[in-house]
Amino acid sequence: MLARRFRTLTPFAALLPMALTVIVAYIGTALWTLRVSLTSSRTFASDNFVGLAQYERLFDNERWMLSLHNLAIYGLLFVVACIVIGFLLAVFIDQNVTGEGVLRTVFLYPYAMSFVATGLVWQWMLTPGNGIEQAVRLLGFPNFQFDWIIDQDMAIYTVVIATVWQASGLVMAMLLAGLRGIDPEIWKAARLDGIPAWRVYSSIVLPMLGPTLATVFLLLSTAVIKLYDAVVAMTQGGPGTASEVPAKFIMDHLFLRSNIGLASAGAIVLLVPVLALLAPYAYARSRKGQA
Amino acid sequence: MNKRVARIGIYVFLFSAALFFLLPLYVMLVTSLKSMDEIRAGSIFALPLAATLEPWRQAWSEVCTGAACEGVRAGFWNSVAITVPSTILPILLGAVNGYALSFWRPRGASLLFGLLMAGAFIPVQVMIYPLVRLLAAMGVFGSLPAIVLVHLIFGMPVMTMLFRNYYAGVPHELFQAARIDGGGFWRIFAQVMLPMSAPIIVVAAIMQVTGVWNDYILGLVFAGRDNLPMTVQLNNVINTTTGTRLYNVNMAATILTALVPLAIYFLSGRWFVRGIAAGAVKG
Repeated sequence: MLARRFRTLTPFAALLPMALTVIVAYIGTALWTLRVSLTSSRTFASDNFVGLAQYERLFDNERWMLSLHNLAIYGLLFVVACIVIGFLLAVFIDQNVTGEGVLRTVFLYPYAMSFVATGLVWQWMLTPGNGIEQAVRLLGFPNFQFDWIIDQDMAIYTVVIATVWQASGLVMAMLLAGLRGIDPEIWKAARLDGIPAWRVYSSIVLPMLGPTLATVFLLLSTAVIKLYDAVVAMTQGGPGTASEVPAKFIMDHLFLRSNIGLASAGAIVLLVPVLALLAPYAYARSRKGQA
Repeated sequence: MNKRVARIGIYVFLFSAALFFLLPLYVMLVTSLKSMDEIRAGSIFALPLAATLEPWRQAWSEVCTGAACEGVRAGFWNSVAITVPSTILPILLGAVNGYALSFWRPRGASLLFGLLMAGAFIPVQVMIYPLVRLLAAMGVFGSLPAIVLVHLIFGMPVMTMLFRNYYAGVPHELFQAARIDGGGFWRIFAQVMLPMSAPIIVVAAIMQVTGVWNDYILGLVFAGRDNLPMTVQLNNVINTTTGTRLYNVNMAATILTALVPLAIYFLSGRWFVRGIAAGAVKG
């Protein structure tokens, strides 16, 4: 009797590490951060609750507002560019081209590289006076200027270029898998009716790729919110604070500026869009689960 | 005629796109083979006139990665020491989780799984400070066990999902038969499920090795000064050194750091893509 009881408990016991991870490492730490964000903690966590004062201070902080501004610009450009480039690559590869395997390998390899390595390579290529700028000057355009990486207004766009290069292959791979899953009968029917290919893509195929596009969108947007390594490697948030992003603001205030109350408030603010993105996804999943 | 033009257009587009994607790899390689004089004088795209492996030697064994000037090799071995346990343990745990979720379905497990998957999207900044405090209280902060444990925690969603989805494709009758034959939880896992999991273990290993090797932020915070992974040391080499920048050495160090995941990618080919398709939820 006892042995049987023990047996039915084994699956629970086996899932204990997972339960601990979810309850302690995910939910517990998030609640802890929420708690810290309501206190006046500086170097150490304190129990002096100050209500929403840290959030007020956060949104009065120029550097934080700038980082949000940068994140909005970056996020919009990164997501749109990745999806457009990834979709175009997938559609063009899907035209029965020779060398498909090689092309796919070429478009996806940057995804195997870390954001740090990606950022450093692009930093080098964009170095004014040495990189692409010098190469074009040597081609006979001595006044050519390409110094975005040290330009306050343009630095964030260099991060867009580097990360789009790194991630659009992933979009290509996922959309190509989606395209291959589409019933060939649809293409036959469209050809019989004389519908041009671009119409089929825009009116039939694109809507059918909806679920894949939703997953791609979710992946890319969470990558936007997590943006940190690439900025650190490429511009260190500079010049000055011109390419500051929220994840870096939080890390700096946690570990360099000893302001964990403010940093925690920032982290909680960062969590809000993630939950907003996940909610419809979770809803769709649970409805699918019931059906 | 029109069709012909369209075909040419397709190839022109794909060919130029391929060039754009290959450019950084090409630039890294040629830069790492040039002398600094050649870099200053010539174009970034030019082939090396007098190719030299000297920058590679310096990057591997001489360049300064902070206080020490022993090259990125120390970081390489640190990354190996982190990656091996941070691959084996998450795979084992992911397999057990996936198996329990797919076949035993204990009460509350699917809710737990949903929360685990949601956790994959939470920015680490939300969890990092409490985790630092927890690990410090356990007395392991800034050590190899700490960084392995952190990788175990953050790798768990994808690892669990890979195995859960894989086992969902295994006929339930097989499990029932093993149950009727008197197999218990661990016995069925070890003798029936694990032996047929080779394909998904390969996929999981590719995902995890690549992810752990490429990690920067977790290694920076949790590994401690003596175990800093290669990505962190690489960033130190390039972004915190003072004096003249040795672009050739920097690029050699960058290639050395990217080598392991790139080698895995080029050698595993379709497996890598399979991992992406299966683990698409990874953020």
